[in-house]
Formats: sequence, structure tokens, C-alpha cells
Amino acid sequence: MSEVLIETRNLKKYFPHKLGQVHAVDDVSLRICAGQTLGVVGESGCGKSTLGRAIIRLHQPTSGEVLYKGENILNLKGRDWRRVQTQMQMIFQDPYSSLNPRMSVKQLITEPLRVNHVAANKAELEERVRSTMELCGLPDRYDNVYPHEMDGGRRQRVGLARALALNPEFIVCDEPVSALDVSIQAQILNLLMDLQESRNLSYMFITHDLCVVRHISHQIMVMYMGQVVEYAPTDEIFENHAHPYTAALLSAIPTTDLSRRNRERVVLKGEVSNPINPKPGCRFAPRCPYASEKCNEPQNLTEIAPNHFVACHECAKQAGG
Amino acid sequence: MENLLEIKDLYVNYETDESVVHALNGFTLNVKKGETLGLVGETGAGKTTMCLSVLRLLPEGVSKVEGGSIQYDGKDVLSMNKSELRQMRGAQISMIFQDPMTSLNPVMRVGDQIKEVLSLHNPELSDKQKDERVDDILKLVGISPDRKDQFPHQFSGGMKQRVVIAMALVAEPQLLLADEPTTALDVTIQAQILALMKQLKEKFDSSMILITHDLGIVAEFCDSVAIVYAGEVIETGSIEQVFERTKNHPYTEGLFNCIPDLTSHAARLTPIPGYMADPTNLPTGCKFADRCGRCIDKCRQAAPEMVEVDPGHFVKCNQMEKGGSGL
Amino acid sequence: MDMKKEKTTSSPQKKKSQAQLILIRFTKNKLAVIGLIVLVALMLTSLTAPLWLDYSKVTHQSVRESFQTPNAEHWFGTDQFGRDLFARVIYGGRISLFAGLVTIGIAFLLGIILGGAAGFFGGAVDTVIMRFTDILMSVPGILLSISIVAALGQGLFKMLIALSVSLIPRQARTVRSAVITMRGQEFVEAARTYGCSNFGILFRYIIPNVLGPLIVGVMMGLGGVILQIASLGYLGIGIAPPTPEWGTIISENQANIMYHMYLGIIPGLFIMIAVLSLNFVGDGLRDALDPKMKN
Repeated sequence: MSEVLIETRNLKKYFPHKLGQVHAVDDVSLRICAGQTLGVVGESGCGKSTLGRAIIRLHQPTSGEVLYKGENILNLKGRDWRRVQTQMQMIFQDPYSSLNPRMSVKQLITEPLRVNHVAANKAELEERVRSTMELCGLPDRYDNVYPHEMDGGRRQRVGLARALALNPEFIVCDEPVSALDVSIQAQILNLLMDLQESRNLSYMFITHDLCVVRHISHQIMVMYMGQVVEYAPTDEIFENHAHPYTAALLSAIPTTDLSRRNRERVVLKGEVSNPINPKPGCRFAPRCPYASEKCNEPQNLTEIAPNHFVACHECAKQAGG
Repeated sequence: MENLLEIKDLYVNYETDESVVHALNGFTLNVKKGETLGLVGETGAGKTTMCLSVLRLLPEGVSKVEGGSIQYDGKDVLSMNKSELRQMRGAQISMIFQDPMTSLNPVMRVGDQIKEVLSLHNPELSDKQKDERVDDILKLVGISPDRKDQFPHQFSGGMKQRVVIAMALVAEPQLLLADEPTTALDVTIQAQILALMKQLKEKFDSSMILITHDLGIVAEFCDSVAIVYAGEVIETGSIEQVFERTKNHPYTEGLFNCIPDLTSHAARLTPIPGYMADPTNLPTGCKFADRCGRCIDKCRQAAPEMVEVDPGHFVKCNQMEKGGSGL
Repeated sequence: MDMKKEKTTSSPQKKKSQAQLILIRFTKNKLAVIGLIVLVALMLTSLTAPLWLDYSKVTHQSVRESFQTPNAEHWFGTDQFGRDLFARVIYGGRISLFAGLVTIGIAFLLGIILGGAAGFFGGAVDTVIMRFTDILMSVPGILLSISIVAALGQGLFKMLIALSVSLIPRQARTVRSAVITMRGQEFVEAARTYGCSNFGILFRYIIPNVLGPLIVGVMMGLGGVILQIASLGYLGIGIAPPTPEWGTIISENQANIMYHMYLGIIPGLFIMIAVLSLNFVGDGLRDALDPKMKN
């Protein structure tokens, strides 16, 4: 196993709400190794985007730790923080609103370099912008093109180039392909994977699309209402998933395989609610087909197989027994 | 089976100051009574333009029907007058839009919004009968009738889409145009909504065009499928014929190859190279030629014809002419 | 790699600089160009007036020559004191245009700073600034100007301050709401990820994106400012009487406009032309600064 690049310990992010506290991210611990991808899956409002933003301190976490190469970065300031910050970048979901409409492609990609004064002179700056653009499949005729003149796929390339300009080690990808057409999705996914190989990048890949996440991730974390319900290597999640929510998610995905057309489907009742001052028990219980009395007690993440963690007393019992 | 909707060789342009956008270019599509047709295509392929053309809701002044015909239940839609159109919209054909957040009036109680549809199309009903119908349809879509005095913002995304579906179905239309009805929803909610739509469609025995970019949804919920590229249908057939993946248009094949699948283990996806053809400047030949790996000279010279590769399975590709077997 | 196959369809090669592009977009708008020419012509004629027009004509009174309709000697006619209206209008432009432009300039800048800070930082900063503007807005503009002039004393410079202060609250509010909308955009978050400072984000990311409506709004204010200068003059706390200024010219001829219409129409026309030109220039500027506008 390669070295651990990013680690969180009991990370919490609460937002104030008029009815109490929204537990957007509640006690999340994870590890991402260099050159690996952690896929974070869940439905809207499960806290996956907040988690990504909390790790790179776009939202300052309420409590817990974020370790970058073993160093807690949550209290870093000034120069120390900037050094770490440039190593952790982000790609956003919406290729329309994530690019400043008043800047050309070249300006957009120059911006992170300019802000951090990383280039010694103009020629070096120019050179770094040029090579980053080429890496992301943007030839120099795009220099003076503005975001609104491009389609979603090309814009997302610009977003990726902007994140790569500072040569980071870790990139939070917040639904980077959800807004794109399928044929373009594949181009961007392949590009992300090529870059990971050539630069030993680590990704945190946030998505609601389990097909995409299987393709790109080494490990997968399933979140529900701010908490981790299952956390395991990718193949383990798809072949031996244990948590009822993971099962429901997987069964809800429509597939092109006609033989699976009339399979038994777990259609969940109800909808995700807001984790405002949640009760201590399992948050999935109200929608869970197997819910019992014991679900009202706090659920701990239990290792039911090597590196396979589940927060469900029933699954833990089955694995133990 | 009888065709409920027949679109033949439809051409629609949007005219802007600088250029002409060719949205539909010889769009041909038939929908049979009682069938669910999946219409698959990427952004800008002309899916929404087709819906708007059928309902005659194309923006006036900028859009123009350049040719072709639309027959609904034997009647010519393009020559209908205003009162005929009003009769057709809502009562016979209704539409579900992609975004449930913006398709409901935020300052009107949901019950009243559904009732308004009835007032428009069934003015003969008494107020009490209308209320009953509203209660019935709410129950059908899985919303308790107690909630009909609430406002849209009090509903979650999935619940809002249920309200939209209730509105679309309350006048019991024969044809439902569903434009990406679940794209804005989460997967578990998507499964609920699709199951509901299927069940209701069967109950009312109506036909449906389900517009989506997700081949998986088509495979699970539709009877037949039409693939759209650059404003024309390039392949159509039954689900079995198309998803068998033996005789496909190169574009359809490309679509299949570039979706990450739950069951696949491929290290890399195979994207379709390049980008969508520019609708203001379409090539003379096959519109997919630039991105097609099997393009030959002939493809660039003239647009290919539809070829019936199997009974009911049509593909618009030059390669199919030769022998008809998939390559 | 798939990108190699990509055709150069939608994005033609562009090598023009940002400034050139803005200039091209501006010159494409005919009305804006005409507006700019008219505005420059107006400013030049009033600025160069001392070189070709004797100032004594402005104040020279002659009862025998009163109420002359426009003629060869007095191009715009004369007023009740027999003063030459042409000279008064040309010299009046010096004060009206100068004071008007400076006032809206100050209001524009301070509006951006106050509104920008309120919208961007929120919280206590927002509350303090917004309550302050609320107070200013609850006092009628003219009353506010009067009290400020009363407190500071008379004079052109003090009048400019008074006028700007009455314009700032509305401007600040517009900026604030525009900034709040922009603040939530993902590109602002993106700027934070690579360490852009608050100051940088506000002035490089947010303000450029809200500039368009602000420019137009502030340009529209010019007409009002010119008329307010006149009102202050009329109340005797603006520009002292013999000095001409467009608004003052109208107000001092007010009693005679019924029978000598040219006295109102001519200076009124100048105000109108100046305001209209400025609005056209404002529109053109907004579009020129927006890269979304086609070249």
C-alpha cells in the first residue's frame, strides 16, 4: 500500500438552521492513498459535497481533524496553509457557473498561478499555462475563447486545467461529469484516469452515479444523511455489499442489460429528510425495509471483512455469526 | 397496431441574427397506441424541439417549421386552429418537464393547480366532481389528499415531480410527452417515479414518449426506442432489436460503449471522439461522419437513407445497405 | 487522442487583445458611438468656451434687448435681463456636465465599495452599512442635500458631496444584491481553492460581473443630478445666481416660459441631449464589457 495522503478523523461539519443544527457531515473518518481514488456516493443532501469542501477547508469543519501527509491542516495559517492549499484543488459540478464568465480560457488557467506567484517570470508562466492546457486537450486556439462560447465538455476541460495548473497532489472532483452528455462523460473520465496514472494524483470523486464511481474508484464510501453507512474497496462494494441502503442504491440503477430487466427491485419508500438535530439511531431506519427496535441505538462502523466497514447492527451480527 | 402520432420528415429551424440553427432535419417518428417509446439523444439533438413542435409551442418569431408533417390521431397538427390546439393540449397530449421546481406556480396551492387543468379541459364537471378527481389523482401518485392545500415549496423534489405528473394525467391524456422527467431526481426517487409512471400509463392505457439520455432507463421502461442525432432519428426499433447490439448505427454503438456499466470491468471507456455537429453548419452527408470510425467517402457526399435491417428495426447508415448485417 | 480529430468549427482563431475586443464591441453599437461623439462635443465646446466666447456676454444685462427670440446676433435669444442665452448655455455646460459627471462618478465608486463590502462580507459589516443607507434613504434626497450643504457651507465642492451622498444609498443597495447573487457562484468558490484573497475575489471576480447594470443605473442618474443642482440653486444653496448652469437657467426663466418658450426649450434640450447621450454610452459600455456579446 502506498503512503496515506489525506486522512480525516471524526470530521464534523454542522450548519446553523432555524430549527437547530444541520449535521451535514457527521463523524466521518477516511483515508486516501497517493495515486488512488476514493469514490463518495450518496443522494443529494447526504453531505458528500460538504465533506469534500470541508477537507480542503472551503467550509471550515466544526470539529475533527484533516491530515495531509500526517499533518493536521485545520489550524494552519498564512504561508503554511498556502503551501498545503496549492496541493489540494477542486473540480466543480457545474461547468457553467464554475468559470468566471469575464475571463478567457487562458486567463482562467493563469489565475491560480498568478495568485500564488509560482512562476518566476512571464515566460515560465506562459509555458506552464501552455503545457497544462495541452495536457487537458485544449489547443492554443482556445486562448482567447470565453466560457460561454464552449460546450460543457470543453468547459469541464478548462475546469480541470485550472485545478491542475498548480500541480496539486489531491483533487476533489465534485460531480465533474454529471452535467455532461454520456459521450463527453467518457472523454473526461478517461482524461482524469490518464492524469492519475501519469502524475500519481489522488482523487476524491463525489457522485450520485454508481456506474461512474465503479469505473474510476479504488475505494467507495456510501453516505446517508451526513454519515458513512458503508466503506469498502470498490469490488467489495459491488459484489458483497452489506448495508440495505447500498443494496437499494445499486438496485435502483437502470441498466442496459436486458436480462436484468425484470429483476427484483428494492424500491425505497419515502425520501431523504434533513439531518437537523438527528436522533442517535440509524438515520436510514425510517426507509429501511429491515428496520427493527435495535436501529434506534447508535450504529458503529464495524469491519465485517478486511477493509469493509458497515454501520448496521444487523450486517455486523450476520458477519460475526 | 395503429399509430397515434406520426411525425414525417419534419424540419424546424431557429433563426437568430447571426445564423440559422437547424434543430430538426427530416425528423421521422411513429408512436403506436399504448406504447412507451424511449427517445434517446444528447444535448442539442432536437428532443425538446420535437416535443414543442408536436404541441405547437415553438417560440414564435424565431422558430420556423420548414417542412414535413405531424399527424396526431389522423389529424394534421400543423394546420390546427387555436381552439383545436387548446383541445389537444392537456386533454389529449400533455407534457412533463424536466425540472419540477420551475414547472409549478410557486404562489398557487397544488390542489388548485391540478384543478385548473380540469377547469380548462372538463368545464362540464361540477366543482365537487373536480375536487373528487383531484383527490383521486393525488392518491394515485402517492400524495395524501390532505396536502392539496399546501404550496409547492412545502414539497420535496420527488414529491413535486409527483404533483407535476398528477397535473399531466388528471385530464387523462392519450399521449404523454415526458421530457427527462427524472434527470433532476436522485436514483432511489427516480426508481419510484418511473415505477409510478409505468403503472399509471397502464391504468390509463395511454402512450408515452420518454425523453432521456440514459439508455438504462429506456431498457427498463420502454417498449421501443428511437435514437436521435443532430435533429434526425438515426435508429429505431423495439427494445430487444436495439439492445441486442448486433445491428446498430455506429452512433448507437458508440453510446453503448461509452457508458460505464455496473457489470463491466473495462479499464478505460471508449468515448465517441469529437463533439456534436454544429447545428448552424451541418455537413451535407451523414451528420455523424466526422465522429464515425467507419466513415467512407460515400458518407460525406450524401445523407444515408433509412434501411430496414430487420422487420421494424430501421437504421440510417450506409454501412447497413451492404448485406444488412451488423459490422 | 480524440482531441486530434476535433474540427475547428465553433471556435475560430482569435488573437485580438482584450482592449481591442472591447473597442470593437463598443464601436459596433451605433447609438453608443453617436452618444459618445455628442458628449465629447458638448464637453469640448463648454471647456474651450473661454477661448472663443467672452465671459462678459454671460452676465451682460441690457433691458433694451430682453426677450429676443433666437436671431443672428443672439443665436438662442435673450432672457428677461437681456442676457445672451447662447453664452449662458455654453458656460452653463461647464458646471452642469462637470458637476453631474463628478457626482455620479463618486456615487458609483462609493456605491461599489459600500455595497460590495456589505454584500461580500455580510454579517455585522452588512448590517452597519445597510442601516446607514436606510437612514440616508428615509430622508428625501433634496432635504438631505440641503442639510449637508447647511452643515458644510456653500460651494461647488460641498454641493458635489451633498449630491453624491443622496445618490449613494440606492447605488449601494443595487451593488449589494448583485454581489450576493454572485457570491454563491461556483467560480467564486473555485477562486478560494487556489487561495485568492477576499480583496482579489471581490474586485477581480465579483465586481466585473455586476458592472453592467451598475453602469447603466448610474448613467440614468445624471439627468436627475443636473436637475437637482438646479433645485439647490433655486433654493439658493447651490451655485450662486449670476453663474449660469443648465438647471438654474431653466428655473430663473420659469416665470416667462409660458410666453417665451425658447427659454425653457433650449436649455432643456441640452439637458436632454446630455442625459440621452450618456445613457447610450452607458448601454454601449455595458455590452462592450460583456464578453458574451458577439463580436
